[in-house]
Amino acid sequence: MNYFLTEEQRMIVDICKEITEKKIKPVRAELDQNQVFPSEIIQEIGNADLFRLFIPEEYEGMGTGIFEVCLATEELSRGDLSVATSYAASGLGFLPILISGNKQQKEKYLPLLASGQKLAAFGLTEPEAGSDAGAIQTKAVLEGDYYVLNGTKQWITNGGEADIYTIFAMTDPKKGSRGASAFIVKKGTEGFDFGKKEDKMGIRASATRELIFNNCKIPKENMIGREGMGFLVAMKTLDQSRPAVGSQGVGLAQGALEEALAYAKVRKQFSNTISSFQAIRHMLADMATQIEAARNLVYYAAKAIDSGQKDISRLSAMSKVFASDMAMQVTTDAVQIFGGYGYMKEYPAEKMMRDAKILQIYEGTNQIQRDVIALDLVKKGF
Amino acid sequence: MVKIKVVVCIKQVPGTTDIHIDPQTNTLVREGVENIINPFDNYALEEGVRLKEKSEEISQTVALTMGPPQAEQILKDALSVGMDEAVLLSDREFAGADTWATAVTLAAAVKKIGDAGLVIFGKQTLDGDTGQVGPEFAQRMHMPFIGYVSKICKLDRKSIQAERLMEHGYEIIEAQLPAAISVVKDINEPRVPSLRGKMKAKKMEIPVWDRHHIGLDAEQVGLSGSFTQVVKVFTPQSKHEVMMLEGSTAEQVEKLFGKLKQLNVVQGA
Repeated sequence: MNYFLTEEQRMIVDICKEITEKKIKPVRAELDQNQVFPSEIIQEIGNADLFRLFIPEEYEGMGTGIFEVCLATEELSRGDLSVATSYAASGLGFLPILISGNKQQKEKYLPLLASGQKLAAFGLTEPEAGSDAGAIQTKAVLEGDYYVLNGTKQWITNGGEADIYTIFAMTDPKKGSRGASAFIVKKGTEGFDFGKKEDKMGIRASATRELIFNNCKIPKENMIGREGMGFLVAMKTLDQSRPAVGSQGVGLAQGALEEALAYAKVRKQFSNTISSFQAIRHMLADMATQIEAARNLVYYAAKAIDSGQKDISRLSAMSKVFASDMAMQVTTDAVQIFGGYGYMKEYPAEKMMRDAKILQIYEGTNQIQRDVIALDLVKKGF
Repeated sequence: MVKIKVVVCIKQVPGTTDIHIDPQTNTLVREGVENIINPFDNYALEEGVRLKEKSEEISQTVALTMGPPQAEQILKDALSVGMDEAVLLSDREFAGADTWATAVTLAAAVKKIGDAGLVIFGKQTLDGDTGQVGPEFAQRMHMPFIGYVSKICKLDRKSIQAERLMEHGYEIIEAQLPAAISVVKDINEPRVPSLRGKMKAKKMEIPVWDRHHIGLDAEQVGLSGSFTQVVKVFTPQSKHEVMMLEGSTAEQVEKLFGKLKQLNVVQGA
């Protein structure tokens, strides 16, 4: 299937395929086992211009749409979800600057992020504010030309590895979610430290850390948008980024299907390859069909965003929820097809199943996504 | 003194191990086979690109290949990983060239490119497997040649110092430029192409030079310029019989013992 890609889109897929096959697959098991951040692979991704995709040409990007980012993310996820998560999380980190930042901020930060020299991270979640993002307690108080940040962010992807952080903090706690603002914080700023690195079930090679702000002084000009716009910036960012999470599900599931199919064709039981048994064949057929359905939904959502469509929350949430639920199912089935071997770390299936679970949780749990979809549906109908 | 050019000579080879030989001509059947850059040549290209990135002494990197018109694709691939220019040597008269005729043709092309301070080859090709073209090229050009280079220690406009991989250790050799080298896998880790590189490569027109462009006579190139000719290519018939034993270790031992007994190699119960 060619998905009607243009020549440039085909090139993006080919480059990512080469990275997946040559650079990711040979080391993914080891990275997972030792929880090593894939710096060399991220550098390779940067050299290949993949961080440039969504950034406009005036800031040394390539000015593509979200669709192209989804194509790249999908193909990298086929290799390893930790790598794809680290890649996509940098995009999530710079989207607020891209969407709501001013010209000076864009000029200062986007070229560094486009080249992949620096990574970005998105800091919203807190110990007491997960799905209820409006409940964040990190505070930013204006003192002269500076905002002073205090508080702790939790489970921040690329934490410690990124140089540029977009941080959401309350500038006016009385106003609730309308009192939040977004800031750019650079690694190394006094009063900004990293807490423990999490030991995770899956995507173990990706960096997930606490960000600790203790009287951290940020220049006033580092605010993204206006005071009180933080929550809006976060929601706009997430609307645009969700299809990329969907594409992670598609790529991961595709990788799992490929492994399961290859195994089913060589594994013999009762003197026949198990791919000749209807029980296995139907599983493979369902996996392939589900992947294709999710892929089409993700591509459609991404293209809707790129076409400038305004009301994208519902579609974007659908693409995330469907593709991630699908990935959980398909990777579980892949383990099942491998049987006992699937449960062993010798084969990649169990890792893929562990990795898949995060897709139903991060960037808005699938329950929250269903709330988004239902709210829109009830309010607006079709 | 002018800055030097680095020329990297590459070859297209079938991207598969499932190769077929035409029984009439004893040459590779190329139809329906995807062609790739000879794997060792990727290290040569990477080294060329890295030298240019690191050194102010290099004005330009040029990828060079001799082959049929389709060999343009591997030159595009070379451009996408960062080579500045590419030249395709293609002429019906070049067909059937042995290593010497190939070296003569490449040498004439490198002279035409001009200012080549360093010419890099992969240590050998996957198909021909001779490893002769590099040294023969250097001979023809009266250049020093350093084979099996695993590291370039120093390069300026006048000389090169390189470490070469020997069977029992390393040798560090210094040579005057212009020089030719061949590289081994240890020298670097080739990068994947970049998106900008691929887009640039797509747009670039690659010049095609025939025999007249490089000023050679008909008897110097192709089959007529070759001292050697492949008379026959065949797969040696295996005289050995292979049997794979399966099952647990105990079962395999049992089967092995049974077989050895049957062949009267061992005796016993």
